[in-house]
Amino acid sequence: MSDVVEPALLEVSGLNAWYGAAHILFDVALQVRRGEVISLMGRNGAGKSTTLKAIMGLLARRDGQIRFMGRDIAAKEPFQVARMGLGFVPEDRRIFPDLTVTENLETGRQQLRHWPDGSPALNWTPDALYELFPNLGRMQGRRGGQMSGGEQQMLTIARTLMGNPFLVLLDEPSEGVAPVIVEQMAHMILSLKARGASILLSEQNFHFAQLVSDRAYVLEKGQIMYEGSMRELAENDDIQRNYLGV
Amino acid sequence: MDLYALLAQLLNGLAEASALFLVAAGLSLIFGVSRIVNFAHGSFFMLGMYVAHSLIERLGGGSWRVMGFWGALLLAALVVGLLGALVEMLLLRRIYKAPELFQLLATFALVLVFNDAALWIWGPEDLLGRRAPGLAGAVQLFGRAYPSYNLVLIVVGPAILGLLWVLLTRTRWGVMVRAATHDREMLGALGVNQAWLFTGVFALGCMLAGLGGALQLPREPASLGRDLTTIGDAFVIVVVGGMGSIPGAYLAALLIAEVKSICIGLGTVQLASITISFSKLTLVVEFLIMAVVLVVRPWGLLGRPQATNRHAAPVEAPLRRGSGRYAVAITVSLLAMAALPLLNQSLPYAAVLGQDVLVAILFVVSLHFMMGPGGMHSFGHAAYYGLGAYGAAILVKAAGLPMPLATLAAPLLAGLGAMLFGWFCVRLSGVYLAMLTLAFSQIVWSVVFQWDAVTGGSNGMIGIWPDEWLSGTRYYYLTLVIVALSAYVLRRFLFAPFGYALRAGRDSPLRADAIGIDVKRVQWLAFVIAGVFGGLAGTIYVFSKGSVSPDVISVGKSVDGLVMVLLGGIQALTGPIIGAAVFGVLQDSVMRATDYWRALFGGIILFLVLAFPQGLAGISLQIRSWWQHPRMAMTAERQEKLT
Repeated sequence: MSDVVEPALLEVSGLNAWYGAAHILFDVALQVRRGEVISLMGRNGAGKSTTLKAIMGLLARRDGQIRFMGRDIAAKEPFQVARMGLGFVPEDRRIFPDLTVTENLETGRQQLRHWPDGSPALNWTPDALYELFPNLGRMQGRRGGQMSGGEQQMLTIARTLMGNPFLVLLDEPSEGVAPVIVEQMAHMILSLKARGASILLSEQNFHFAQLVSDRAYVLEKGQIMYEGSMRELAENDDIQRNYLGV
Repeated sequence: MDLYALLAQLLNGLAEASALFLVAAGLSLIFGVSRIVNFAHGSFFMLGMYVAHSLIERLGGGSWRVMGFWGALLLAALVVGLLGALVEMLLLRRIYKAPELFQLLATFALVLVFNDAALWIWGPEDLLGRRAPGLAGAVQLFGRAYPSYNLVLIVVGPAILGLLWVLLTRTRWGVMVRAATHDREMLGALGVNQAWLFTGVFALGCMLAGLGGALQLPREPASLGRDLTTIGDAFVIVVVGGMGSIPGAYLAALLIAEVKSICIGLGTVQLASITISFSKLTLVVEFLIMAVVLVVRPWGLLGRPQATNRHAAPVEAPLRRGSGRYAVAITVSLLAMAALPLLNQSLPYAAVLGQDVLVAILFVVSLHFMMGPGGMHSFGHAAYYGLGAYGAAILVKAAGLPMPLATLAAPLLAGLGAMLFGWFCVRLSGVYLAMLTLAFSQIVWSVVFQWDAVTGGSNGMIGIWPDEWLSGTRYYYLTLVIVALSAYVLRRFLFAPFGYALRAGRDSPLRADAIGIDVKRVQWLAFVIAGVFGGLAGTIYVFSKGSVSPDVISVGKSVDGLVMVLLGGIQALTGPIIGAAVFGVLQDSVMRATDYWRALFGGIILFLVLAFPQGLAGISLQIRSWWQHPRMAMTAERQEKLT
């Protein structure tokens, strides 16, 4: 991969965030380049989800630099961020329970996109997504509320992909689903990566992260403690023991 | 009553149901998406009537009169819908993040403004609309004459229901609306601009209300009182049907309209030497239905349990104990109140106003007790005020009790009422609880209104004065002492273990339950306490005026209390006191300043809501947080360096 010319897809620096009066994130800095799958790792409560939400603009109070494809998004509303091509998949899935699978996908639909260089972005149709998630294809008319946790997890990812995002923020895809689904998730992410998708995922499951990602950031108490390639992290027992509890 | 008469009544019910449905459907839709309880929805209905009247006068004549008439009705609906869009964009959009009840307060202010606007444009007289061309007469049905226009209405309800169903399930916009009903924040994160979705839904809801009003015009005159009666009916229907459920709204409208029609049809019935007047029951029957439905199916007929609201206001900050300065402020205020009668020469009116304000303070402090720390929002607190007032009046007049004894007994009577109603109410929460309190207060009102022999019916009761030894300014001082003591006692409750339990139950019912607090019981007790002190306010009121009328139990009285609590700021303990004082003085001075006092008053409320979303007592908090903001960032920085 060339390490020049193109600016990072997502560039975060000095990101601070608060829940009410509680200061959660301290000067978080990270980068995602086109085509990369990055894992944001750390224990429960380390600030992984908060980082993703803060990037998305879903927190009442945050400050810092957030640039997406060269544009400053730190003061934008979540819907504006989403429309610029930054997709967000929440950890608690947040499926619309009254809507069918097809209707859930419809809520995420956005325009077709092109990269600034003119090449088409990864654009999705419901049929293409049903191919990626065959389970969903078999239950198009089912209501979101009547699906299992794993099926909902797939639906929430598919729904975000309907927005044809340049970059997906994927919050804890392996949490709270059956092992067989975790395996499917990993395959799905690898298949997206093979098609050129860029993903920033938060993850506690080290093996899952190791399987899918190129680089990793490790968070502890709202601060980035480590940043490097996934391979280096796998060999670094200290970091793993101290911050990941592996 | 024979079978045909009954059938005709049932048809009437169907026609009535359509009108009710149109208003309720809009209200339900708006609530579902934006979580705003639109108090002004009845006003949009009323405006629909007036606008339709003006348009029909212009378009409904001449050779094109059929098209002109129906065109005018639709145009009126569009005009009202457009007005709704404006309201959403200019007002509501600014306060979506404010606490739920603030939005209620803002829409209530709109009620006042619209009512005076209608008074200014169309005048105080009721306006009779033209009959629909070609449908002015009657058709023969079951051997009786039946108004043919009603047949149109019967069809309109289900037709609109069908159209809404198509809109919500077959269009992309409808899918977005249904998604927003569940999780607007998520929808935003998917790239949907909620602002325009909300505007669209609000406009559609208002248009439906306007259409309902316009369609009603050939049956009854446009009048200024139609806003509040309509909103009352619409609330009941939405709650009975299930908030956010459109088919539920139709079902509930049908149920209520039919039961009312049957009651009218039955009239007065002799049952084994007992006379039952069913037609009198119509005043209260919808509230009886609502009470039964809420107890049996707390989420309404076709509703479902509310999804946990992700936009719920942040957990309330802990109450602060008063500082030294606080005690000084209280002492100064008390001394100032005590000095009021001394101004007798220069300001003879001051003590009278002061007396009213004191009563209002007690009423509002008791309401705040259950709303703020208790987290139970009441739309019917006037019930206990009324029970206290009428209780005292009846005990003195009919039972011949001496005044001091009646003063002690009447609040307990109100407490008994609160005990009964509260038992049902604490089983619910949120808007449903509020609606049930409203239902109970309407039931009390209609009993008082109709029980001529004991309560004097609509005339009320007169000649209820305090004893000799309390004449002159002495009664004022007694009031001051009672109100100050009551406020102190209620405050004391909140800093006792009971108060902690109450606040724990409000902030996290599950966790409170898990640590052994019987949340329902604590809330029930708080409900009763609020009822007793609300009753005490009513008791003091009746002896200060010497008379009482059913108005003291009206919805308007409950709403006044609500406005005062919200004005003062719901989570500040001094809030209700400040709110009641400001409201009392404002209302009094504004009322004397202009004929259009409602509009002015509504305008003031709107200004306050927009400028101080934390309430008046929150102003100081707001200023303090501006002051602390830079310091907080500094603390964070320091903390960072330490780690």
